[in-house]
Amino acid sequence: MKLAMPKITFWRMIFAGLMLAALWATYVRVTGGLAASTNLSDEFPWGIWIGFDILCGVGLAAGGFTLAAIVHIFNLKEYKPVVRPAILTAFLGYVLVVIALMFDLGRPWRIWHPLIMWNPRSVMFEVGWCVTLYTTVLFLEFFPLVLERFKLKRAISVLKAMMPPIIILGVVLSTLHQSSLGSLYLIMKGKLHPLWYSPLLPLLFYISAIAVGLAMTIFESWHSARAFGRQLEWPLIQKLSRMLAVVLALYVAMRLFDLTQRQAWHYLEQPGWESRLFMLEMILTIVPMLLLFREKTRQNPTGLYITVVMFLLGFVTNRLNISITGMERSSGVSYIPKWTEVAVTFAIIAGAFAIFRFAAKHLPVFEAAEHPAPAGESGGRRSDLVSAGASGD
Amino acid sequence: MARAILYDSVLCVGCRQCEETCSERWKLPYNEKIAAEEKVSAHKLTAVRTHGERFSRKLCMHCIDPACVSVCPVAALQKTEAGPVVYLEERCMGCRYCMTACPFQVPSYTWSERLAPKVAKCDMCSDQLKEPTRCSSICPTESTITGDRDELIEKAKARIKENPKDYYPAIYGIEEAGGTSVLILSAVPFDQIGYNMNVPKEALPLTTWAALQHIPNIVVSGSVLMGGIYWLNNRKEEVARREGGK
Repeated sequence: MKLAMPKITFWRMIFAGLMLAALWATYVRVTGGLAASTNLSDEFPWGIWIGFDILCGVGLAAGGFTLAAIVHIFNLKEYKPVVRPAILTAFLGYVLVVIALMFDLGRPWRIWHPLIMWNPRSVMFEVGWCVTLYTTVLFLEFFPLVLERFKLKRAISVLKAMMPPIIILGVVLSTLHQSSLGSLYLIMKGKLHPLWYSPLLPLLFYISAIAVGLAMTIFESWHSARAFGRQLEWPLIQKLSRMLAVVLALYVAMRLFDLTQRQAWHYLEQPGWESRLFMLEMILTIVPMLLLFREKTRQNPTGLYITVVMFLLGFVTNRLNISITGMERSSGVSYIPKWTEVAVTFAIIAGAFAIFRFAAKHLPVFEAAEHPAPAGESGGRRSDLVSAGASGD
Repeated sequence: MARAILYDSVLCVGCRQCEETCSERWKLPYNEKIAAEEKVSAHKLTAVRTHGERFSRKLCMHCIDPACVSVCPVAALQKTEAGPVVYLEERCMGCRYCMTACPFQVPSYTWSERLAPKVAKCDMCSDQLKEPTRCSSICPTESTITGDRDELIEKAKARIKENPKDYYPAIYGIEEAGGTSVLILSAVPFDQIGYNMNVPKEALPLTTWAALQHIPNIVVSGSVLMGGIYWLNNRKEEVARREGGK
């Protein structure tokens, strides 16, 4: 057998470039410490490795518990075809979050310390425990895919019997730490800008995590349909998008209520980046919400995809606004990430795409959804989607 | 008796001997260049700042219920009964939540340390609890003194009462962050000499506790609810299966 060189494509070039940059950045982080690899300072001790890699990473992986609850607890079996990709994304997401955390921690080899050195008053302590336990839960939820791949039937049946309590535990743990990521910022009273500081932060983080979990599931389905020439689970996706519209509406209503309640609207008149980035965040949340309520958007795969991406960006803007934009004024300094911080972050995103693709190719991720596209259409990726859209009506 | 510090900026002449003795204690370098840095950092745990003709000192405020202590996931920061807030380096994993949480922007980090970076902050000379803090002992004008918090508050109030012209009629640290073990007097409003007036008047750990206290409830009611829904749905299916099988 001859080893074939992988075909050089545009995306593979980008991927290789990102990985090389991240490798170099890792070298800088290891040899020069945080001073050489970040623009963090005593005044601004948390940057994008926390704001994006952790806060957004954990949120974007929320599809795992959302879909697990929908399918296995609420027993809506029709959503089964999308539960596996959601769990795969979640598992990947959490593993990558832990890797990112290793970059950010001053002494990463002590990452296990919270497991034996307790401080139950600390939100971070709780998040640490939840993330550790939930990553284990996700591993157990994901492992049947590996067992199926190697046809280990006995092990599968053992694991299946254990599944209901594991899934319930996963939902509870997710509820705790998704909201607790918001609670982390409750202590920043007087530091976090009043456009974002709210006693409702834990609730807002939780609701937006559910929304982004649904959005990521739609996003993944769209991409894997394209990548593997599969049919989009179109009727399902439409239902999910309707669900997303409702959750988003709840989230937006809570945000507006909260801002009114705290009489925070006048901060929009304050000059500076805060009001502009706040508006951006709101537009990227409210516009997709409105679009999702339009039947026309939900019936058009491309339109729906763009809408979902818009909200994903809105979600990322929200988390970055809380962790970066909203923290700058009180810190008295301005923070712009160093190239090394950006390189590691991009490599983690690229890594997520690549590993998902690899796993989806080699593990029975989409097996539950086996209905191959008609032969005539499998060639053209775009026509696949369009036909999927048409068949969904 | 819990140790506290009273810093009277009205008496301070800005000689910076407190800075120097503090650096000696921590075996940190001290020279003219470092003296000119008017902020606390990992190599300068207390800093004298100039505001025109006035001076002010910055150091850890040793809150009574400190944000840093409550947020630390590994309990590397602890409020001792004697008063000081101390740092246990061997526990710290370097998450720096203490730094983001501190309302006074006090804890610093040895960022350029490659293998063993750590948090640095004043520990109120917790190594010599029987003697006053080094900065108090060396202060030529007694603008920094060590003592019991309640007694120091009385002393501060007396100074304001006796010289109302010289003092701004408030003590910084009585209410800030729910009360601190470092108390400050000033001739002018505190924000004019570099003290943050946006610090909440409540103990900050209460803000996170408001959320954390619900956890046991969420765990119990969440599990029961989910379990109940699961059981109900399963039961429905089972009944349907049985009836179908008849």
